[in-house]
Amino acid sequence: MTCHYARRYARLVTMSLKADAPKAPTPPTPPEDSPSALADVTASDASLRRFLHGLPGVDAVGLEARAASLGTRSIKTTAKAYALDLAISMIDLTTLEGADTPGKVRALCAKGRNPDPTDRSTPPVAAICVYSDLVATAREALAGSGVAVASVATAFPAGRAARSVKLADTAEAVAAGADEVDMVIDRGAFLAGRYLSVFEEIVAVREACGDAHLKVILENGELATYDNIRRASWLAMLAGADFIKTSTGKVGVNATPANTLLMLQAVRDFRAATGRQIGVKPAGGIRTAKDAVKFLVLVNETAGPDWLSPTWFRFGASSLLNDLLMQRQKLGTGRYSGPDYVTVD
Amino acid sequence: MSEPLPVLKTYKLFVGGAFPRSESGRVYEVTDAKGQWLANAPLASRKDARDAVVAARKAFPRWSGATAYNRGQVLYRVAEMVQGRRDQFRAEVAAGDGLSKSKAAAVVDAAIDRLVWYAGWSDKVAQIAGGANPVAGPYFNLSTPEPTGVVAVLAPRDSSLLGLVSVLAPVLTTGNVAVVVASERAPLPALSLAEALATSDVPGGVVNVLSGATAELARPLAAHQDVNAIDLTGAEGELATELEILAAENLKRVRRPDPAEDFAAAPGTERLLGFLETKTVWHPTGV
Amino acid sequence: MTFDYAPAPESRAIVDIPASHGLFVDGRFRPAADEAVFKTVSPATEEVLSEVANAGDDDVDAAVRSARKAFESWSALPGSERAKYLFRIARLVQERARELAVLESLDNGKPIRESRDADLPLVAAHFFYYAGWADKLEHAGFGPAPRPLGVAGGVIPWNFPLLMLAWKVAPALATGNTMVLKPAETTPLTALAFARICQQAGLPPGVLNILTGDGATGAALVAHPGIDKVAFTGSTEVGKAIARTVAGTHKRLTLELGGKAAHIVFEDAALDQAVEGIVQGIFFNQGHVCCAGSRLLVQESVADEVLAALKARMSTLRVGDPLDKNTDVGAINSAEQLARIRELTEAGEAEGAERWAPECELPSTGYWFRPTLFTGVTQAHRIAQEEIFGPVLSVLTFRTPQEAVEKANNTPYGLSAGIWTEKGSRSLWMANRLRAGVIWSNTFNKFDATSPFGGYQESGYGREGGRHGLGVYLDV
Repeated sequence: MTCHYARRYARLVTMSLKADAPKAPTPPTPPEDSPSALADVTASDASLRRFLHGLPGVDAVGLEARAASLGTRSIKTTAKAYALDLAISMIDLTTLEGADTPGKVRALCAKGRNPDPTDRSTPPVAAICVYSDLVATAREALAGSGVAVASVATAFPAGRAARSVKLADTAEAVAAGADEVDMVIDRGAFLAGRYLSVFEEIVAVREACGDAHLKVILENGELATYDNIRRASWLAMLAGADFIKTSTGKVGVNATPANTLLMLQAVRDFRAATGRQIGVKPAGGIRTAKDAVKFLVLVNETAGPDWLSPTWFRFGASSLLNDLLMQRQKLGTGRYSGPDYVTVD
Repeated sequence: MSEPLPVLKTYKLFVGGAFPRSESGRVYEVTDAKGQWLANAPLASRKDARDAVVAARKAFPRWSGATAYNRGQVLYRVAEMVQGRRDQFRAEVAAGDGLSKSKAAAVVDAAIDRLVWYAGWSDKVAQIAGGANPVAGPYFNLSTPEPTGVVAVLAPRDSSLLGLVSVLAPVLTTGNVAVVVASERAPLPALSLAEALATSDVPGGVVNVLSGATAELARPLAAHQDVNAIDLTGAEGELATELEILAAENLKRVRRPDPAEDFAAAPGTERLLGFLETKTVWHPTGV
Repeated sequence: MTFDYAPAPESRAIVDIPASHGLFVDGRFRPAADEAVFKTVSPATEEVLSEVANAGDDDVDAAVRSARKAFESWSALPGSERAKYLFRIARLVQERARELAVLESLDNGKPIRESRDADLPLVAAHFFYYAGWADKLEHAGFGPAPRPLGVAGGVIPWNFPLLMLAWKVAPALATGNTMVLKPAETTPLTALAFARICQQAGLPPGVLNILTGDGATGAALVAHPGIDKVAFTGSTEVGKAIARTVAGTHKRLTLELGGKAAHIVFEDAALDQAVEGIVQGIFFNQGHVCCAGSRLLVQESVADEVLAALKARMSTLRVGDPLDKNTDVGAINSAEQLARIRELTEAGEAEGAERWAPECELPSTGYWFRPTLFTGVTQAHRIAQEEIFGPVLSVLTFRTPQEAVEKANNTPYGLSAGIWTEKGSRSLWMANRLRAGVIWSNTFNKFDATSPFGGYQESGYGREGGRHGLGVYLDV
């Protein structure tokens, strides 16, 4: 659809358009290009509001029905084997507890590098996700593994702190070796309609990230409406996000098939409009292999196969990994596995 | 000195709010129950029927789109107009239906009451015939009755005013428009009712009244592709069957004649609900 | 590597299809009086599924007499007792839902996802809903003592075989009528499985008789002097013939016929959901849906955008084995229907409309048709006027709401219509003006036992579903 978003907003979006969605994954444009290229849209609160409120509305019932319908796909045998390994490789294995210690983080890193000690063909996870003060520990534990270190930052999860504190948090994480930064948007500012403030903060964090990839957490549960989630998705993408992420995992409503489907439509449409491909990360509440496979079906049939890689889709999860491993063992042996046959880290 | 010579009325058709003579230029003699000449009535032709349908169709959007409150007011106004011409209707009904003066008076009063009864229904029928449907899902779902459209009404043969009002008023109060074929034998009250309608805020074309040979007029109406429904009350036996077969061509809603129908009795809601379509609207509820 | 879904077939083994089926008359299965039979095939494979008795005039007569005899006691039964039979049936349908879904998909060609998630749940819901009415009829708004009509004759189509059975049987029996039902020639199997459910429920003999057969069987049933009511769902052409047949009799008639629904998309629509609605509207059940949104009216300002999105979405439709759980579009029900779809689509091309269909492999046996859309269609094209009853969408454009209404209503039909706009007042304005019995605003092809369904004009008369669905079986 959606090469036409740009046409529709031609007066607002001044960057050049690609008429057809590219078939191959497009490498992300250097993020510093984005703000200037979309200067007209983001020139003022008013123009940003006009743009975001000009996006097509979302019918909640229809969106949820579509997500539910895709949830009935039956993924079996070879397709399931592919999906399980893909899902494992997409996990940002996460611990974000006040009780986190270096020991806990090291154990998690070991698990992420080598999820199933009984089966070396199991792929590693995509990243280990920790608070910024534990980045150095994770960096060390993951050295040479190819598994990335992701750090939450910007006064995660509430994001209620001065911008200087958020930027310092980000800079510390990057300095300690974070490959990826998961920031939270200022939901208060968003809900108050101060879109430009949210935008500018993402741009500032983007700059503080340097070479690190930026995942922007919208906290869908607090945005409350699908229209808001669509607007926040575009806002984050305009501001230079590499990924848009559903949730912190710390509020009542986290990733759902419907809100993830909506964000997948947003990245699909954004690429069609601008040529830039953005990743999506559902986080929180995805605990079973069955659920993970449903999300992969959403990716496959909404954004498309170009997004079926850890470069473009991640799961923010902790307990999901073990269920994927048990399902993987079942598929290999024909027997159902049990919790004693996967590691507890 | 003797009474001055009365001015006799020239009875005319009522089509599109005007009072034309028949396109055929022909009339037929109307007599009372004893065979005494009463007047000449226009002998409407197929072309008059066609013109009446065109007029009715044209009037449908405005009448069906009027507020129910407004339609009720207009129908009540018709009752007022009939009340004002009560003596004329008494005389026409007595002559036409062969009733005594007192019985004719009672019939005219009943017809007035019938108009008032249906006038009051206009803004209530949706509340008894429609409603919310509790579907098993996140949807607002509401059924409302809507008028069927252009209704051809073959008026009762033997109840020239009360019967006519009883079949016409429910059609009108629900927002339909009508092409009425008056009782062939006793058309005068119907033609006079048209005069009351013309002076009572009923928009032109909402009611069209034809007099003439019922079978001649009913066939083209039953077959007409732009007529949505037909009330066969004034046709019986083989004619009714023939008309019902013709009506199948565009699936007109058909009301079959009921020889036992008693127009003096309380009407109930059956006729009121007879020419309504149920429209059901779904809309999701979500944020 | 791509995410190719491996085959995920629903097990066919859960349903046991007898090699031959009799007629269900007076509570028992028996061959046709003249022992005539016909074969029913799977449209996906052309495999013969079973041999079915072909009812003739004598069988129709026997079934009507059985229903007449049963009417005396069935109509005299307290409503609460009739209700319990219908509740039993509802429960038995639920228990055997998967089996019936497989059988429906085999015989009809529809995807198991739809027979499992749409048809069967609605069938059970209809029996539950009308079961509850059986002892509350005096409160239904049809007077203090509404009476059943007598023996009802039901003739149903092949597009939703068991669901159409439920739409007829549930209200007829709840109101105290008895029934003779004729399922469609190409899809008799679930009706016969339903007959066995009636036996298990202990339904008294004759209350429901099921006569398999062809058009002649249906015509004989409709013309039989011993019935008091005809309920028909099918083509407008046959509906008109039935209306002529019952003319001059005492038989009541309800007709649920064809359609050519307008599906109207405004520029301010929730476009992703609108596209989903368009797809649901025309490709659900291979487009074998009388209320299908077969005429897309899209506002010119967003036509390119909507069409691009629609084509992308259509490219993800999975066409194939109806029993595969991932199939979105199944087989065309019969060779005859396939020929009709081909004829009309060829006419569309010949009249200058532009045809598009996504690349997709079709099975080599069976009856198949790609999901197809035509652009550049005007109201003057046959494909904008005639019901195709297949997975074929005609796309027209409009400029203003007034023009949308005018084009939408420019048809002798009037069954359904769809509207997509985020503006509430416009939606209601449109809903008021569209001449159709069901209006889906920001949704499409939704059905519910409580919601009246039926058309204006040549889409038929009478309503099925909801309180309105009772009235057509009552003498009021």
